[in-house]
Amino acid sequence: MTPVTPVRPRQGGALDPRAIRRDFPIFERNPGLVFLDSGASAQKPAAVIDGVAEYYRSDYANVHRGVYRLSARSTELYEAARETARRFLNAREAAEIVFVRGGTEGINLVANSWGATFLKPGDEVLITELEHHANIVPWQLLRDRIGFALKVAPIDATGGLDLAAFEARLGPRTRLVAVTHQANATGAVLPVEAIARLAHARGAKVLVDGCQAAPRLPVDVQAIDCDFYVFSGHKTYGPTGIGVLYGRKALLDAMPPWQGGGDMILDVTFEKTTFQDPPARFEAGTPDISGAIGLGIALDYVEALGRDAILEHEEALTSYGVDRLSRLAGVRLVGAGQRRLGILSFQVDDIHPHDLATILDRHKVAVRAGHHCAQPLIDKLGLGATTRASLGIYNDESDIDALAEAVTAAQRMFKR
Amino acid sequence: MDLRDLYQDIILDHGQRPRNFRVQEHPSHVAQGHNPLCGDRITVYLTLEGERIADVSFQGRGCAISQASASLMTEILKGKTLAEAETLFRGFHAKVTGGDAPAAPEALADEMERLEPLSGVKAYPARVKCATLAWHAFEAALKSGSAGATVKTE
Repeated sequence: MTPVTPVRPRQGGALDPRAIRRDFPIFERNPGLVFLDSGASAQKPAAVIDGVAEYYRSDYANVHRGVYRLSARSTELYEAARETARRFLNAREAAEIVFVRGGTEGINLVANSWGATFLKPGDEVLITELEHHANIVPWQLLRDRIGFALKVAPIDATGGLDLAAFEARLGPRTRLVAVTHQANATGAVLPVEAIARLAHARGAKVLVDGCQAAPRLPVDVQAIDCDFYVFSGHKTYGPTGIGVLYGRKALLDAMPPWQGGGDMILDVTFEKTTFQDPPARFEAGTPDISGAIGLGIALDYVEALGRDAILEHEEALTSYGVDRLSRLAGVRLVGAGQRRLGILSFQVDDIHPHDLATILDRHKVAVRAGHHCAQPLIDKLGLGATTRASLGIYNDESDIDALAEAVTAAQRMFKR
Repeated sequence: MDLRDLYQDIILDHGQRPRNFRVQEHPSHVAQGHNPLCGDRITVYLTLEGERIADVSFQGRGCAISQASASLMTEILKGKTLAEAETLFRGFHAKVTGGDAPAAPEALADEMERLEPLSGVKAYPARVKCATLAWHAFEAALKSGSAGATVKTE
């Protein structure tokens, strides 16, 4: 495979969204597109698109099986992507990186393997009101099978996690704390280091849903000191169908497989099967090889831009957006607590978010409208639905301006 | 297609000032319509006298399209027989999905004409469910009676 080196010249360390946009073919094919829905799924740089195609053209074969050259080459590329993901999260070793379909599957894996093995009736699992459905429903399904209690830590008046209330809900039977790193519906960043410290002090394990945070924040699973961390490739400028579950080695070692099949076994007879060590134990069947390779390229691309530079960019653009939208009459931002990053969730007086999103689309502004798969949070906030603009590395102030102008146009249309 | 074809004045008017927007204390039939995509919910209340719709009303929240569609639906269905309502629903469904409309009988031509402003949604596939939500709730109410039911657009 031709190595793709997606290094972009940086100016004084800051991101250059205009130049970055040229790396993303979608903007060339859709002139004038104002893409503000990266929180749902990010666009893909040419390096990822071409890298995946090039892999299929030049190097494709199944992994971990053949002794022939192509299969060995495929295995090498697939495992190199795992090493890239390890570096991206600063995990201790590549064996702590399990490739999954996405964040959702990562959480379901933990629920069905770790949870089904170690959670007992009477135990407690603690989540927060800021969770995406993907970090609520798997625990409800498991609770209904096992009979543990699912507890929910509330938000405070500003829309952030109420850390004192969270701590108060930690009890001697709390076995797992499953929290989002960043709320997808509002952009609120949670203090996951403090959460992990509090949880560990009570002997609970900690799972962090990093789907929104991974593309925006430098993530260091050792610094957070979490036990599990999940993120989705497609929100991190990589392909769909691939994601990462990080699990602390000792925990993964103690967990049983959750799916059976090829590639996850050591020895199979009709009487008994012995299983591979992690991560292979959790990757039954032919994996999404091209997806993993594409994800590796995407993570390299993100690293080349600089994680700190991306964070600075997202912070600056978020505060510009907050300022710009706050100055529009009839527009109200949804609270995101102490720290909002990369997501602007808002309501416009007398215009339903779905109507607004349709009108914005006519102005080539792509946003999401609805409950953002976080219905309990939206209900708690008493909102029904919101419009959400979410930012990426290719957005700049002109995108926020286009959003604000399109909102104003919608207000004119609905004013009667 | 121009946005104004979707958001015609009549739609904005019914969306912002929906008619028959009220709870009925003792309806003969009731059902909830739920659009899981956006979380919108409306409740349709129906009072039948024999085969005739004596009263129909709704309450709930939603976008301009779903509110306007519900509002227009209640105006049009009041006083109609169930057979007429069924014909109107089929005609309306065809109108908003771009399907083949069975020719409406001459007697219902005015009603079909009044539903015409909603035909703009057929150019917006993501919004068709907004327009049909109230009608699906109406159908569900007929089937379930006063016990109520919830119908989803998915």
